[in-house]
Amino acid sequence: MPNKTDSHPNLISPDEIKPASLELETVRKKLAGANGPKYWRTLQELADQPALGELLQREFPRGAGEWLDPVSRRGFLKLAGASLALAGLAGCTRQPYEQILPYVRQPEYLVPGKPIFFATAMPFGGYAHPLLVETHEYRPSKIEGNPQHGACLGGTDLFAQASVLDLYDPDRSINITYKGEPRPWGEFLGSIRARVLYHNSNQGAGLRFLSGATSSPTFGSQMRAIQQVFPQSKWYRWEPAHHDSFRAGSKMAFGAYYDSIYKFDAADVVVSLDGDFLSGSWFPGFVRYARDFMTRRKDPEKGMNRLYVAESAPTTTGAKADHKIPARNAEIEQIARALAAKVGVAGGGAGQLSAEHQKWVDAAAADLIQHKGKGIVVPGVFQSPAVVALVHAMNAALGNAGQTVTYIDPVEIDPLINTDSIRELVGEINAGKVETLIILGGNPVYDAPADLDFGGVLEKFVADQKNMVLQLSIFKNETTDFATWHVPEAHYLESWGDARSFDGAVTLIQPMIAPLYDGKSANEIIAIFTDEPSSSGYDLVRAYWRSQHTGDDFEAWWRRSLHDGYIANSAFPAKQVAAKLGAVPAAAAVDPNAIEIIFRPDPTIYDGRFVNNGWLQETPKPLSRGTWDNVAYISPKMAQQFGFFVLETDGIAKSDSEPNVNADHQSDAQNVLEITIDGRKVKVPAWPQPGHPDGAVTLFLGYGRRKTGIVGTGTGYDAYSVRPVGSQYTGSGSIQVIPEHWDIAITQGHFTMDTREPVKAASLKEFLEDKHFAHDEPELEPRENESLYPDYRDKGWYKSNAWGMAIDLNSCVGCQACSVACYAENNISVVGKYQVQRGREMMWIRIDTYYAGDPANPSVYFQPLPCMQCEDAPCEGVCPVGATVHSTEGLNDMVYNRCVGTRYCSNNCPYKVRRFNFLLFADYTTPVLKLQRNPDVTVRSRGVMEKCTYCIQRITAARINAEEQGRYRDGRIDIRDGEIKTACQQACPADAIVFGDINDPNSRVAKLKSQARNYSVLAEVNTRPRTTYLAAVNNPNPELEKA
Amino acid sequence: MATRIDEEIDVIPPKGVRPPIIGPGQTLGTVADRIGGIVLTKHTPIFWLMIVALAVALFGVLNTAIAYLLGRGVGIWGVNIPVGWGFAIVNFVWWIGIGHAGTLISAILLLFKQGWRTSINRFAEAMTIFAVMQAGLFPLLHTGRPWLAAYWLFPIPLTMGVWPQFRSPLIWDVFAVSTYFTVSFLFWGIGLIPDFASLRDSAKTLFVRRIYGILAMGWRGSAKHWNRYESAYMLLAGLATPLVLSVHSVVSLDFAVAVVPGWHTTFFPPYFVAGAIFSGFAMVLMLAIPFRYLYGMQDFITLRHLQNCAKLMLATGLIVAYSYSMEMFIGWYSNDKFELGLVHNRLHGPYSHYYFVLIFCNIIAPQSLWFNKVRSTPWILFLVSTIVQTGMWLERFVIVVLSLNRDFLPSSWGMYWWTKWDIMTLVGTMGFFVLLFFLFIRFMPAISISELRTLLPQSKVKE
Repeated sequence: MPNKTDSHPNLISPDEIKPASLELETVRKKLAGANGPKYWRTLQELADQPALGELLQREFPRGAGEWLDPVSRRGFLKLAGASLALAGLAGCTRQPYEQILPYVRQPEYLVPGKPIFFATAMPFGGYAHPLLVETHEYRPSKIEGNPQHGACLGGTDLFAQASVLDLYDPDRSINITYKGEPRPWGEFLGSIRARVLYHNSNQGAGLRFLSGATSSPTFGSQMRAIQQVFPQSKWYRWEPAHHDSFRAGSKMAFGAYYDSIYKFDAADVVVSLDGDFLSGSWFPGFVRYARDFMTRRKDPEKGMNRLYVAESAPTTTGAKADHKIPARNAEIEQIARALAAKVGVAGGGAGQLSAEHQKWVDAAAADLIQHKGKGIVVPGVFQSPAVVALVHAMNAALGNAGQTVTYIDPVEIDPLINTDSIRELVGEINAGKVETLIILGGNPVYDAPADLDFGGVLEKFVADQKNMVLQLSIFKNETTDFATWHVPEAHYLESWGDARSFDGAVTLIQPMIAPLYDGKSANEIIAIFTDEPSSSGYDLVRAYWRSQHTGDDFEAWWRRSLHDGYIANSAFPAKQVAAKLGAVPAAAAVDPNAIEIIFRPDPTIYDGRFVNNGWLQETPKPLSRGTWDNVAYISPKMAQQFGFFVLETDGIAKSDSEPNVNADHQSDAQNVLEITIDGRKVKVPAWPQPGHPDGAVTLFLGYGRRKTGIVGTGTGYDAYSVRPVGSQYTGSGSIQVIPEHWDIAITQGHFTMDTREPVKAASLKEFLEDKHFAHDEPELEPRENESLYPDYRDKGWYKSNAWGMAIDLNSCVGCQACSVACYAENNISVVGKYQVQRGREMMWIRIDTYYAGDPANPSVYFQPLPCMQCEDAPCEGVCPVGATVHSTEGLNDMVYNRCVGTRYCSNNCPYKVRRFNFLLFADYTTPVLKLQRNPDVTVRSRGVMEKCTYCIQRITAARINAEEQGRYRDGRIDIRDGEIKTACQQACPADAIVFGDINDPNSRVAKLKSQARNYSVLAEVNTRPRTTYLAAVNNPNPELEKA
Repeated sequence: MATRIDEEIDVIPPKGVRPPIIGPGQTLGTVADRIGGIVLTKHTPIFWLMIVALAVALFGVLNTAIAYLLGRGVGIWGVNIPVGWGFAIVNFVWWIGIGHAGTLISAILLLFKQGWRTSINRFAEAMTIFAVMQAGLFPLLHTGRPWLAAYWLFPIPLTMGVWPQFRSPLIWDVFAVSTYFTVSFLFWGIGLIPDFASLRDSAKTLFVRRIYGILAMGWRGSAKHWNRYESAYMLLAGLATPLVLSVHSVVSLDFAVAVVPGWHTTFFPPYFVAGAIFSGFAMVLMLAIPFRYLYGMQDFITLRHLQNCAKLMLATGLIVAYSYSMEMFIGWYSNDKFELGLVHNRLHGPYSHYYFVLIFCNIIAPQSLWFNKVRSTPWILFLVSTIVQTGMWLERFVIVVLSLNRDFLPSSWGMYWWTKWDIMTLVGTMGFFVLLFFLFIRFMPAISISELRTLLPQSKVKE
């Protein structure tokens, strides 16, 4: 029987050969191209055909006689091989006969060269990111946000952008294994079914499921059904970056779990207590909240909101704050109590606050009271339950609840306290109550609390032969070492499913491509425990929604929901809840001398699931600009106490390891600390981070993996190894300096603006007094053309479209979704840690971080820098071969195949936005990575310069589209405003980047550029960039004298 | 040729008296015999073999470095963003600069009728050619795709129907350097013809005679030949003279045309030309002093020559010192934030110690040349020349790296650290240069026989 995975196009299945018509030519065709084992298999098939006997009789009478004797089949094969070889049929001496054929039956809608977009969602930490996925010939290559979905309004975060690379990760698990040995699906299914039957008999005693947080209604319904069939089974949860405290706080305040939904666009005052709603998707709703919040900061003339942030670990949310104070977690609890007392919440009981904190609390409270019903107090999702409860009470007392803060039922299916859950599971395993453990996704051996020693527990568990662990995961990881059965998990881009976004709306997850490695989704695995064990994800999801569907036309509804990317009216309604806060338990006494250890998910690797994703490894952390490693943040003062560095005279801390050595290094050798918590130690590179509270260390989760692909191996330290179950986000421990150095690859070494002012900033008051503050130095304004060479404008070049971009520095939250989107769209290579240390990262749009002021608590600015597309570009004139030329639409075009790589253009670029392929950075060989590449963009080879092109492939596609549709206006092709969105613009959750035609006075970008805040960076160099910036305006409270 | 260690050599004359241009007792014959003897001898000196062996080894190092570069990519060097140019361009400018003294001696001193040039101009011109050969490697090798740069940088009308981009200083470099090489080579080659004829006539074996006979191109020393020779020589001198000033000016425009602070200055052309002549004479001295010692040529390359070269070095060194101070002064005086940043970077930045060593090498050390004792003592001159050469290399390093390392936006400031391949390439070119030079010494007359003879009283034409 032909193996079902045979896919060689030249193998014609035997069924197609009619017995009577077997000709030598047919046989020749069959053998053509077949070589090695296939060749022999083909012969075997041939041998099975009675027609072959006929053929042989005709061609080789003697051989035919032998063939009729079944005993001498082997003899036949010998003869056949020899004779067929003599007859010239041996395929191995000839080139295989290959035909190129167009589609005989073309897949629906597919026009090769035109991408098709499908709606789906990415499940992330129990919430869904609604997405549109761009597919080329049914290969997903780029992720966008779903513009019609309320949870994102078209924006994405960097995890969603990078997730497409995970689909094509060559290190993915590709086969089912039993104790490490590959096994076929049939055998696996049989073995599990045997278990199921066994558990059928004992009501499921000993059957345990462990999964991460999920919001999939189908999954929830399946688990409920399973629990009906196996009443003694249990479903445990372990999500490493869980929201246990938030849940506990919600229970404390409301008596039940609720998710909060914030309406930042309606808020005048926002006070955040460690709530980093502008930083990343670990805060549910981040993508939508960034956009909403920034709508109140885009037009300072119309008024701005005000953001107060008290945070422990510095985040980008703190960077956007008008007033930020660093505080240890224990102090934040004190602050919360003091603030609660001020806004009229009983049950506070604050201790003594420092003067700075007290001032902040007074001002924030006053502001909140002044804007009752139009303010929001935001708790951190990793903060203590007391803080969360107090915040709920505060919002209620201030009348925000129901207005700017609403509450819905939890989006997660059956939420519970994860630490209790995993502790209970470990207890049960140790007590011998578990026989079958199904681990769905995740990596508990790596990220479960350290003191539970999940790895040791599992090791003992599987040592007993009658126990079984089934692990479903997308990579073979640390947990796989203890798994009996391992099944490769299908990536969300390959599977059917469903999930809810933070507002409760359901998105049906549909696959873009058939599973690359026969992976299975979690739904399909737990279906084995039902009476339809071989159900496909498609059937399961459809069955669930058909059961939920009321009304007639399910098919139309199904197709509409798939098309739109959400199920209409599925968002959860706001619930009327009242915060009834009793006495908030007194805060535990904190030893002021102990060092507070703060655990946070890493800004680019999250909880470790993305450690093998090259794009995310190479994306710098927004505040420290380090890549390829996690670091431990400490305050500049603590660093000085350890003798680590010298404060620069301009007042900003620099991360030097020796005094007076300037740190321009792309590789910054950091000092190493040893952190001890509860007797467990970990060595970490210390990073003095401006704005970090004293007396605390922040450890980032997700690195230090022991078993991962080649990208993630050897990066960072493992913070999970010291994370105890009782102090998941805040603990206390001790620090010791170790006389070692740890090189960190950083992309930006200087964080001060020095005397240059790439970021122009002013307070709202200053702005209203002088709207043109960004143009305060007239001698620095660009002048009329003084060059000997004629100006492009004089030559009448920009008559048709003139492309330009405006970036709002108020809106940019520094999340770097734009950077990762650019990697995906433009086939940008990942260069690795050593090359980043050498200063050769290939980021086309980078975000510069600048600090100003007191290093203990500086102002922070983010500035995305794509190519400025200068009208008077310094790079164009110096290229000896003319590889960078100016287009009639104002773009600075890079001609890759002309570039010989002298790098003069990069030297002459004042913005240093050009990137060079010093070596062959692009992966030309790994086949699976080629699938992700955008076919509209060249993959650059060694020795070639590259840079942001304003996504010229998208511009050209829009132009071709308009031409095809015959859209002309005034003799020009009419491309409508908004038709072209650069990748960075489309990805940005806060809508900070706007691209369009500046010749069109009604375009968004033209209107933004006409604003007073608009300025060019380095205008005095007279480059006349097309990418301009809207100066940052912040809104400090006049009561608080903050610069 | 045995070295002469008489007490009579290199005697510093009393104050007010200048050393002779040529040693006593030389005749038309002895000149040819002494100089030709180096070439025509059957016994290659041991020191020559040792030096050439070392040079061949370094040449091998160069080949390895180039092969690895072509195979792997320019990333084996330390260049990055922002410092896109490193050792390669520093070396390029350094080698080109070194070549300028040769042309100055050959052409300008000829036009100024300085007779003392005659004993040093031949090997100085050879030095120029070999230096330009080293320099010419780098503009091609430093590119990302040298196999394309090799012909796309030249205005050949066959490459995709596209000319080079003529506004780019790198293309001007192509013209300048190729012109420089061509003219220097012709100049040198024409000058060699009478000397090859001399060697042909004194050759001992038929084989050697045939070789030099071909090279002499049928020179018979007739009046007509001499007439044409003098015209051609003078013409080429006239062509080469502006090159002394223009070539390095064009090379300096590589930097001056850019917007980078520290590069974007109008005084670069004279600054670079002065610096080039400065380092060129340093190299002439570095070659002349060992050469005259090893081969006993103190009669031909006398103290006078050394003193004159030293004086020229001092003069150009003073111009260079003036340029440095102007650079810093104008940078500060301009009050332009980027220029001030540059001044700060040179004085306090991460590479500031290189800048201070540079100041010592190029400003302080050459002041010793005010003293006649220094100018007249070969080994001290050699030491000072070495220091000056180092200083000139550091000057290009400071110009290239310190300006790129910290330019406009602080977020893109980054360090440049060279790799072993950078060093191997530099040292390899030095080895290649020494190899070429010593092959030249062995197989060609290192001093111009015909021109040196014009210094002798026997050659004066009686009117």
